[in-house]
Amino acid sequence: MPVAVLGVFFVLPVSGMLARGFWPHGTFDPGGVLGVLARPRVHRVVWFTVWSASVATSVSVLLGLPAAHALHRLRFPGRTVVRAALLVPFVLPTVVVGVAFRELLGESGPLGFLGLDGSPVAIVAGLVFFNVAVVIRVVGTAWESLDPRPGEAAAALGASPAQVLRTVTLPALRPAIVSAATVVFLFCATAFGIVLTLGGLRYSSVETEIYLLTTNLLDLQAAAALSVLQLVAVTVLLAVAGRARAVPDPSVARTVARPRRPGRGDWPGLGATVALLAFVAAPLGTLVAGSLQIDGGWGLDNYRALTTNGTHQALLVPVTDALVTSLRTAVDATWMSLSLGMVVAVLVTRRSRTPAERRLRTGLDGFFMLPLGVSAVTLGFGFLITLNHPPVDFRDSPLLVPIAQALVALPLVVRTIVPVLAGVDDRQRQAAASLGAGPLRTMLTVDLPVVWKPLLAASGFAFAASLGEFGATSFLARDDHPTVPVVIFRLIGHPGPMNYGMALAASVVLAATTALVMLVVERLRVPSVGAF
Amino acid sequence: MLTLEHLSVAYDGTPAVVDVSLDLPDGEVLAVLGPSGCGKSTLLRAVAGLEPATAGRIRWDGADLAGVPTHKRGFALMFQDGQLFTHLSVARNVGYALRLRREPRIADRVEELLALVGLEGYAARLPGTLSGGERQRVALARALAVEPRLLLLDEPLSALDAGLRERLAGDLREILRAAGTTALMVTHDHEEAFTVADRLAVMQDGRVVQEGVIGDVWRAPADPDTALFLGYARVLRGTAAAAVLVASGLPAAPAVAVRRSALLVAVDGRLPGTVVSSRATPDQVRLVVDVDGVGKIDAVAALDVHPGPGERVRLTADPTRLAVIPSD
Repeated sequence: MPVAVLGVFFVLPVSGMLARGFWPHGTFDPGGVLGVLARPRVHRVVWFTVWSASVATSVSVLLGLPAAHALHRLRFPGRTVVRAALLVPFVLPTVVVGVAFRELLGESGPLGFLGLDGSPVAIVAGLVFFNVAVVIRVVGTAWESLDPRPGEAAAALGASPAQVLRTVTLPALRPAIVSAATVVFLFCATAFGIVLTLGGLRYSSVETEIYLLTTNLLDLQAAAALSVLQLVAVTVLLAVAGRARAVPDPSVARTVARPRRPGRGDWPGLGATVALLAFVAAPLGTLVAGSLQIDGGWGLDNYRALTTNGTHQALLVPVTDALVTSLRTAVDATWMSLSLGMVVAVLVTRRSRTPAERRLRTGLDGFFMLPLGVSAVTLGFGFLITLNHPPVDFRDSPLLVPIAQALVALPLVVRTIVPVLAGVDDRQRQAAASLGAGPLRTMLTVDLPVVWKPLLAASGFAFAASLGEFGATSFLARDDHPTVPVVIFRLIGHPGPMNYGMALAASVVLAATTALVMLVVERLRVPSVGAF
Repeated sequence: MLTLEHLSVAYDGTPAVVDVSLDLPDGEVLAVLGPSGCGKSTLLRAVAGLEPATAGRIRWDGADLAGVPTHKRGFALMFQDGQLFTHLSVARNVGYALRLRREPRIADRVEELLALVGLEGYAARLPGTLSGGERQRVALARALAVEPRLLLLDEPLSALDAGLRERLAGDLREILRAAGTTALMVTHDHEEAFTVADRLAVMQDGRVVQEGVIGDVWRAPADPDTALFLGYARVLRGTAAAAVLVASGLPAAPAVAVRRSALLVAVDGRLPGTVVSSRATPDQVRLVVDVDGVGKIDAVAALDVHPGPGERVRLTADPTRLAVIPSD
C-alpha cells in the first residue's frame, strides 16, 4: 500500500517531469540533456551549490558541537529554554528565514553597513542559521546518552580532557556527526526558499535553477537534466555517508548521564553557545522589529493589514485566509505523512527471516528516503504535468497540496520513528507473544509505549514542515487558495508601501505558529524516565 | 603511599562517603569490602579524581591531590565492566596510554602486557568479540601499561561467572605481585577480597568500620554486621553464644560468629541436638540441627555419616571457624 502511494504520488510525477526533459518532442534525446550539463552557467550553478552547501555544513557542525555539549551534558539555569530556542530555526519556513536575513543585512538593516545583502556570505549565514539546530539535535541526543565511563577510563589512563575528546568522545560521536553533517549538507544543497529570497537571480543553486528554468524560461530539458544530476548526487552522498557512519563495533552502551555543573574548562563552549544564541536571535529580532515599524514610528498597522489584499491588490485573498488554508493543509499533510510513515516504519523494522527479505527491507527504507533527495520543485512541477489527466486527475483536488507536502515531510517522520522502533529488543515482542498476546496486542504492549512520544514529535515536525513548505507548494497552490509562504513570497516581490511590511508581519505570524508547535514538541522530550 | 584523611564525598547533598581515613603503603593491595550502595565505588572515584571531596584530604606521598585532575594523578582505574574502547582493537586499547605519552617501541610493550595477562595473539581482535573474562584481562593490561603509581580496581571480577571469577582472582593476585603494583580494590565479594588483597577495609553506610591485615580482620570481625558480610553464616548471642564458646574451649564473649562448617557431627561432641534437615553435597553433608539450648544452626557431617531428620546427633565446635565478637 505505501509503495503504491509513493509510486503514484512520487515516482509518477518525478518520472513524468524527467520524461519531458529526455523526450522533448516525443523522441529520446539524451544528447540534449548532456548538452545542458556542458553549459557554463550550469557549471557555475553546480559549483555554487556544492561550495555553499560545504561551507554551510562545516560552519554548522563547528558551531553546533560546542552547543550540543553545553545543552546536553551540562546543567545550568535556563538550559531547556535555550535548547528550545536554538531548535526553533529548524522549523521556521525558509521564506521567513530569507525575509529575516534580508531585513537584518539589507541597506536599512542593523547590519546593513557590512554590505552583505545578496552576497554568498548572506546565503551561507542563512543556511547555517537554519541547520545548526539539526547538528545540535542529532549530536546532542547522541552525546546525552553517551556513557561517560570510557572517557573517565581514558582520563585515568592519563589522557587530558582534549585527548579524551579526540580519542574517545569524538570517535564515539562519529556516527551522529556524520549523519548530522549528511542531512545538513542535503538540506543546504537542496535549499530553495533561502537561496531564492537571498540570492535573487545572481546566485542560483541547482534547486532554484530548476525553478527558474521551469517557470521563467520553460526550458524543461535543462530542468530535467539538473533534476537527474541532483538525484544521482544525493544517492551517491547517502551511500558514502552510510559507509562513513559504519564503525568497527556498532553496539553502543546507552546510559543517560547525569548532566554536571559547568567547570572552568567549559567556559569556551558556553561562550560559543551564547554567541550562537545571538546569531539566531539577531535576524528574528530584526524581523519582529521591522514588522512593528510604520513610517519611522511603531504600530500594529502591518498586522491589521493582514486582513486586506495588500497595496495594488497584490493578493487575491487576505493573508488571514491564507493562514487558514495553511493550517488546514498542514493538518491534512500531517495525518497523511504520519499514517504513511508509521506503516513504512513498521515495515522496515520488522525482523527479516531471510537475507533476501532483509535486502528488500533495506531497499524499502532507502526508497522512502528518496523525497529527501528529489527537488521539491521537480516534485511540484511533476504533479502539475502528470496528475492532470485520467486515470489520476487531481489537479483541482484540494488534497493535491497536502499530498505533496506529506511526501516532503515523509522522510522526517520515518527517520523519527524508525530508530525508536528498531531499538525495541525483538525478544520483548517474542516474550509478549509467548505469554499469549496476538500481534495487535503485542504492538500495544511493547511498541506503543516507546513510540507514542516520538510519534507526537514526528507529527509536530510534519506539521511544521508542511506549514513552511514552499518548493512544491509554489507550483501547486491555486491563486485563490495560497498558503502563507506563497503569500509572503508574492508580497516581497510586489512593490507597494504596505506590501513589505505585510510580508514581515505575515512572517512573524507564521514563525510564531511553527515555533509554538516546536515548543510543544520539545516539551515532549522532557526527561520522564519511569514516569509512566 | 596513599593517605586518606577524614575524607567525605556527597552526591547532591546526600553523603556517600563519611569521614574515611585510610593508609595504603607502597606495594600493598587494599580491598575495600562492603555491600552495594555503601559508598565504596564513590570512594574509589574520589581517589581517581572523578568526584570532588566535600571534606578531608587525599594525599600521595604527603602531597595533597585536591585540584590535581584525573589524568595527572598517575592512578589507573579499571572499571567493573572494563570500559574498553569499542572502536579500538585490543592492541590499541592496551597501547592507548603509551601512545598518549608517545613512548617508543609500543608494539613490544603491548606484546609483553598481553603475555602477562595470558592473551597472546589477541592483539588484532575487537573488544566486542571477546568474552567477559578476556575483556577484563585486556582492561587490566591497559591499566598496567600506564605503570600507575596506584591501580584502582572497581569490582574487577564481579561481572564474571563464579568459576571464572575464582580463577581470575588468583591470576590477578599473581599479576599484581609480579608487577609490584600498589592497588586499591573495591568489591562486595569477600572471597575475591581474600584472594587478591593484603589488607582489608570494611565499609558500611559510607564509613569504614574496620581496617587491617586481611587475616586479622577475617578472624576478628568488629561487629555482627561485618561478620555476616565476611561470610560468617550466623551470629549467636547470649546463652547460645556461651554454649558454643564453651564447647569450643574459647573464653566467654557477648557474641560469636559461626561459619557454616564450624559445627561438625562427631560421636564425642559436646553439643547434643536433633537434625532438622540434611542435604548431601559432593564434599560433605550439610545439616540444620536444633541444638539443645542454642537453637537451629548449620552443621556439617562427613559423607559416610548421613543422619536423617529427627535423628539425635552430637556436635563438636571448631575454634578456627568461629570468630569472637567483642561488642554486640
